[in-house]
Amino acid sequence: MDLQLIVAAGIATGTILLFAAVGEILAERSGVLNLGVEGMMLIGAVAGYATAVSTGNAWLGVVLAMLAGGLLSLLHGVVTIHFRADQVVSGLALTFLGTGLARVLGEGLSKAGAISLLPRFTVPVVSEIPIVGPVAFTDQSILVYVGYLLVPAIWYWINRTRPGLHLRAVGEEPAAADALGVSVYRMRYQYVFAGGLLAGLAGATITLAIQPGWFGALTVNGRGWIAIGLVIFAQWSPFRAAFGAFLFGAIVQLTLSMQLPPTILGFPNPFFEYHPNTFFLDMLPYALVLVALVLGSREAMRKRIGAPAALGIPYVRGERGR
Amino acid sequence: MSEVERPRAVELRGIVKRFPGVVANDGVDFDLRIGEVHALLGENGAGKSTLMNILDGLYQPDAGEIRISGRPVSFRSPRDAIAAGLGMVHQHFTLVASQTVTENILIGLDRPRFRLELTRYDEEIGELARTNGLRVDPRAKVWQLSVGEQQRVEILKVLYRGARVLIMDEPTAVLAPQEIDDLFATLRSMTSEGRSIIFISHKLGEVLAIADRVTVMRRGRVTAAGLPAASVGRRELATLMVGREVLESLERVPMPPGAVVLGLEDVEADGDKGVPALRGVSLEVRAGEILGIAAVAGNGQSELAQVVTGLRPCRGRVVVDGDNVANHPVRDAIGHGVAHVPEDRTGVGTAPNLSIVDNLIMKRYRSSPIAHGWAIDMGAARGVATQLKDGYEIAAPTIDTQVRLLSGGNLQRLILAREIESRPRLMIAVQPTRGLDVGAIESAHRLLLERRAAGAAILLISEDLDEILTLSDRVAVMYEGRITGLFDAAEADVGRIGLLMTGGGGEDRSRSEPVPAAGGVG
Amino acid sequence: MSAGPGRPGLSGGLRYDLRLEPRLDAPRWLSPALTLGAIAIALVISGVILAVVGADPLRVYAHIVRSSFGSVGVISDTLVKATPLILTGLACALAFRMRLWNIGAEGQLLLGAWAASAVVLLPILPAGTPGLIVLPAMLVAGFLGGAFWGLIPGFLKARFGVNEIIATLMLNYIAFSWIQYWVFGPWTEGGFQMTEQFPIEAWLPRLDDLADAYPALAGLTVHAGFLIALIAAGVVWFIVERSAWGYEIRLIGDNPRAARYAGIRIARNILLVFAVSGGLAGLAGMTEITGVVHRLQDNFSPGYGYTAIIVAYLAKFHPLRVVPVAILFGALILAGREIQPSGVPAMIQGIILFCLIASEVFLRYRVSLTRRAVVPAPGA
Repeated sequence: MDLQLIVAAGIATGTILLFAAVGEILAERSGVLNLGVEGMMLIGAVAGYATAVSTGNAWLGVVLAMLAGGLLSLLHGVVTIHFRADQVVSGLALTFLGTGLARVLGEGLSKAGAISLLPRFTVPVVSEIPIVGPVAFTDQSILVYVGYLLVPAIWYWINRTRPGLHLRAVGEEPAAADALGVSVYRMRYQYVFAGGLLAGLAGATITLAIQPGWFGALTVNGRGWIAIGLVIFAQWSPFRAAFGAFLFGAIVQLTLSMQLPPTILGFPNPFFEYHPNTFFLDMLPYALVLVALVLGSREAMRKRIGAPAALGIPYVRGERGR
Repeated sequence: MSEVERPRAVELRGIVKRFPGVVANDGVDFDLRIGEVHALLGENGAGKSTLMNILDGLYQPDAGEIRISGRPVSFRSPRDAIAAGLGMVHQHFTLVASQTVTENILIGLDRPRFRLELTRYDEEIGELARTNGLRVDPRAKVWQLSVGEQQRVEILKVLYRGARVLIMDEPTAVLAPQEIDDLFATLRSMTSEGRSIIFISHKLGEVLAIADRVTVMRRGRVTAAGLPAASVGRRELATLMVGREVLESLERVPMPPGAVVLGLEDVEADGDKGVPALRGVSLEVRAGEILGIAAVAGNGQSELAQVVTGLRPCRGRVVVDGDNVANHPVRDAIGHGVAHVPEDRTGVGTAPNLSIVDNLIMKRYRSSPIAHGWAIDMGAARGVATQLKDGYEIAAPTIDTQVRLLSGGNLQRLILAREIESRPRLMIAVQPTRGLDVGAIESAHRLLLERRAAGAAILLISEDLDEILTLSDRVAVMYEGRITGLFDAAEADVGRIGLLMTGGGGEDRSRSEPVPAAGGVG
Repeated sequence: MSAGPGRPGLSGGLRYDLRLEPRLDAPRWLSPALTLGAIAIALVISGVILAVVGADPLRVYAHIVRSSFGSVGVISDTLVKATPLILTGLACALAFRMRLWNIGAEGQLLLGAWAASAVVLLPILPAGTPGLIVLPAMLVAGFLGGAFWGLIPGFLKARFGVNEIIATLMLNYIAFSWIQYWVFGPWTEGGFQMTEQFPIEAWLPRLDDLADAYPALAGLTVHAGFLIALIAAGVVWFIVERSAWGYEIRLIGDNPRAARYAGIRIARNILLVFAVSGGLAGLAGMTEITGVVHRLQDNFSPGYGYTAIIVAYLAKFHPLRVVPVAILFGALILAGREIQPSGVPAMIQGIILFCLIASEVFLRYRVSLTRRAVVPAPGA
């Protein structure tokens, strides 16, 4: 079990969660809860893969994947922002819709054969830095590096810019923003769309970079939900989301690698001896999310901070409360 | 150019606005001269706020015309109104609590272009505040500010945008008498600079103190336009407001001192943000008396009500009829005959999508005749509901009507019906008449006094000093979580109480205005 | 509404505003009409998508109707598919009434199935125990297994405020692996993804069993689970609409702050509702393995717990309405097995739910078309 390889692979799979989580952070900061991440990721995955298969161009696949996720998110946006429907139920519906639609559209894709993936490379100089270099900057997909750049950029946008100020206002007290001329509806649509774009990107990251291929609903296999759980754990901060995503990825990779060797640390490997034991390893990621949820919720209760104050509540000018 | 010929700062002609079930504005005319304070007077529900929300761009009128400095305009959003030089200071503040004063003021502006360099704007806004005599720290987060300071932020918001016309919606509702004086001074200095102010209120005394002219609205129409404030009297205004001779003929029958029903001993409690809200409160309420708590919003009175009704943990003793109910579940307080008329009618006091029946049985569904083993006897429940609906004159189509469709006044009648019917030993009434029209206020006061005469102990918490002074046998003043004064009704002096409400600091600026015991409104 | 003194209609004009205005109350026919309209639109949209991917929508829909209601035999099969849907639908409806988003019906169903299987496979009761004891024991075990699985997220929410949507979902995945462990491991039959078959005493009786006495019932697969489901519907109806507990549930669901003010203990209710909801889903798992497959297998549920969410929503969380809606969706699942592509039933369900929630706006708001005179500001 090469720890270096495990962490590097963890960063790679963590990038998938990262994109989805950061996208959801943007949407939720504007006050809109979008639980349809799983569906948007799957649609992005199938759109990206199908495009790459038919055109041979992986980058085009990425673009179309993002657009697919974005379009789907707009459905949720219209229903919750303009029609003022319950955001929880709409998100669930979006998941069903996205998942079912993706399965229908992806019929037959699994037999498509190998396709060209997005480039991978090693960053010169930086990859020489001890410990960090070989793990984070060596032989990673280009999307991983995009992730590294995205996180601080999003943090800066939210906290140090004027548009970010408006975003935060819209998510905390939309009446205040509206009274001063900020278009609450337009901002929410924009950020829900951004969330959809990133969820689509996350899906493309799976099929075009990290775990290429199309496996029906198993392609995403719950990672959209894990991303939403990460947002709570991250207390709506992009940096904490990144930390959580990479940590999560590393732990999952660790459990995967535990299945193979005959011995672990000198003791006979229970997962090698009795194969059904590996099903417990399968449970681990989801159990971890539960732990992360408890930690995140307790901290929120303790610090009396938490979700953006207007999260989940449709905004209607002049109407107060539900 | 004579007084009459100068272009008006604002003119509204023939404004009509309808909402489902009600005509809020029915052909309203209004004009504002440059440099004047023009009060818009009317009881709650008269249509004043609607009219101003139209002027501010929040609503669009169904008919009518708006002119600013003589030019017809059409506002599609608050942004247009701001661009035209209008600025509204809302009754319910629209501030982002987690952001700083400067950040709140910068929302919606085109500068800064992209990067948020707050220090520069902190200084600018600090300077603006100083120039206008509005004391507030631009770097403070809004949730840390007092209510009075938050109002100053709202005023700075509109001043920073170059507002020439300010619309103040019930600005004094949340202020202590001394803060009201400060506010009036600020308003006068603004008008001397050529700004014009529209002052919305339902309080006669304040209107007469600050306004140059008064327009009165009732039920969506104007009953008197542009009366010079100097030449009109309280009684006349009250009649114009309500449409009939107003005589609040409620009498407080002298009651012999009864047994102590509620006793608080050294009660301490924390507020929602972890900051101490009650710092050692001790008081007693006896049967047959009303103890009024006079306090500015945010000084612990809400937490006081919550501690007594079991909705908030505390340290110290809360004794009801001899039993310490502090930190006991809410069910215990209810079981001890404690009735609670909450501050928040729609958020706490009722379930909006449930029916009138469901809302009326909220405190009695576990006891007969409504409870029937594990089940609820719907027949009995409906019977009780019909009885209460008729007895308390709750205006609604049927008892199955969803409660969210009820007006504020009827909602309060429902809550009072529910709480009073259980013949409580102790009633906690918090802001019982906020936002109600005169008729509803009168019936609420009457019901409270009836309960008092029947021997209940009543703890009345209200921001309306006049209401406290009218109803209470004794008045306690709260400031920063402590009781800073306790008076019998006869000794109560508005000036002294006002001083105590704001911490009793500064020079003695008590006004020796006689306390209105009866007659007059607001 | 003139354009200003002395300037009739120069640069002004009429403007039409399409707006949503709050509705005071809705006529009683509106809600069912909107529901039917939403389903119709959903079917149209699904049809379009089907056409785009090359399937013939009309043939697909006709096939669904025929293969679920075309004969007594297939009606029986439809009811078989509907049985777990009724139970999980009730589970969701009960929880959703309190705005407790139990998305974990699938996992609770699996745990109920596992617990029921444990009665005969562990075994908890020795082989040869008569059916009169085994089946009720499995029933109880199924309920308890599901209830336990529901109590976990319930406890996390009541104690730590953990979001129950994600918690229940994670537990679904964990439950899935749990079943896999037992089915591929200790209980496996020859290493295949199923356990050995249950003894005959652990089989829920079905109509076909009475074929000797009533030949017309031959081949009908409807089993006693359907009866259990109907009884459960009645019980849940009584709880929600007529009992004091149901009043508390409805009050909490509408306004938790008011419920607290009324003295209701919310944490206790979270635990209770999650336990009963989980238990109902557990019953679904039990009836499915004792009435249909007679063994525990990997993947024996085609997502009943998820479809239940849509069933509950379509039934407007009303326990009695869950029954006919579940039968409809049972038809969809039954016929859906043979439809290519395989994601079609899931897609149709998603579209239906979407159209439903979009249509609800018209219950709370009216569309109004108003004319306004727009008076622009001419030069001074």
